[in-house]
Amino acid sequence: MPYVWDFSAVTRNWTVLLSGLGGTIVLSLAGIAVGILIGAGLAAMRLSGLRVLRWPATAWIEFFRNTPPLVHFFWFFYGLPMAFGITLSSFGAALAALGIQSSAFFAEVFRGGIVSVERGQWEAGRALGMSRARLFRRIILPQAARRMAAPFVERCFELVKTTTLAAALAHHELLYAAMVVVTETYRPLEVYTVVALLFLTVLFAASQVSEWLEARGRAMQGR
Amino acid sequence: MTSPEPVVLSATAITKRFGTVDVLKGVDLTVRKGERIAILGSSGSGKSTLLRCLNLLERPTGGTIALDGRTIGRPDGKGCQRYDERELDRVRTRVGMVFQQFNLFPHMRVIENVMEAPRGVLGKSKAEAQAIAERQLAAVGLAEKATAWPAQLSGGQQQRVAIARALAMDPEVLLLDEPTSSLDPELVGEVLAAIRALSDEGRTMLIVTHELGFAFHFATRVLFLHDGKVLEEGPPEQVLKAPREERTRRFIERFTERRF
Repeated sequence: MPYVWDFSAVTRNWTVLLSGLGGTIVLSLAGIAVGILIGAGLAAMRLSGLRVLRWPATAWIEFFRNTPPLVHFFWFFYGLPMAFGITLSSFGAALAALGIQSSAFFAEVFRGGIVSVERGQWEAGRALGMSRARLFRRIILPQAARRMAAPFVERCFELVKTTTLAAALAHHELLYAAMVVVTETYRPLEVYTVVALLFLTVLFAASQVSEWLEARGRAMQGR
Repeated sequence: MTSPEPVVLSATAITKRFGTVDVLKGVDLTVRKGERIAILGSSGSGKSTLLRCLNLLERPTGGTIALDGRTIGRPDGKGCQRYDERELDRVRTRVGMVFQQFNLFPHMRVIENVMEAPRGVLGKSKAEAQAIAERQLAAVGLAEKATAWPAQLSGGQQQRVAIARALAMDPEVLLLDEPTSSLDPELVGEVLAAIRALSDEGRTMLIVTHELGFAFHFATRVLFLHDGKVLEEGPPEQVLKAPREERTRRFIERFTERRF
């Protein structure tokens, strides 16, 4: 007997799913912000000439890049209260896990962009008597930013999809909302398909915007 | 006889070691105001390294550099110099450099490339910096390219912008590191013409080049570097036409043979 699709489970619970989508977007944006902040600091440490700064940053990056994100979520939610008596809300734990885990990836994106700028650019700036700070801000960073754009967007997309792990902490984001609806309606196929379509819509729209921005950046340099 | 021009830049016993390789083995050089010095030598002779030591883009392993009679850095007590970044920044505002690979800032328009340092380093107003940049671009014949992006220019045009960018700082000495070596042959002439024009205004210059014909007509003095040392130096007529050293002679022959 062929499966009969019935999307009424979705249409009847539209508002639950929409508020879940709102939770996903808030968690994503907050996670990206935290990830960028910590990631920039880590990248600066890794690019520093001092081993005492480079080494811990490298250890942090390798650790969080090479361990499963779900474990990070559990650590911050279940582990912190047990080990340190610090209790985080599901949002706080999810944000900490996402931000710290993505900081490792963002740090590598930033560092990669900066080291990809040719040595000649540094030399040209120094030969003009520019201070290191000014040279970095005016010459290196603008060029690095352009090269970071594509991998940066890629990491952001990964992060948005990783927010679904927060469902494991019962945090109200899109996947958790879907689980709630499924429990009530027993229509997992329809509900999760719609979840996938919602992610697709949001991320595809975002990718179109970022491509347009990149094309505009290239046109501005006459290439 | 007029009294000799003042010494602008001098190098004393400069050595440079990269790992276990001694690239410079004790070079002395005195540059007087208005001199145009061509530095010749086969690859690996240390000529580019010498030039890069003169503005401390490369820190010498030993020896000292003095600008206007003032020694840069201070002795560290172990026979080397210690350098302060800010002092080096100040020195470099007065010693300009043109690179083999141009090294224009690709994210800035041509005029912004030229305005950047006068504005950001010398603290000129936007109007002043713009006036300086327009004047320097006109001097290299690229006034009409002011709003172009570097990527839209030919190699020869990019190098002329790089010359304008260096001159916008009005440096006391201009260093040119093989400025035509990465250009297509048909573009070499326009860059050499731009450099020649600078000699009319009495600009002090040091150029590392393989263009012997240009060096002959342009330079007031020629330095032949071999194996990290100055093997021979003197007026172009002497070094290029009647070299004293066998190595210099062979080097010059190798280049002139190519001209058929």
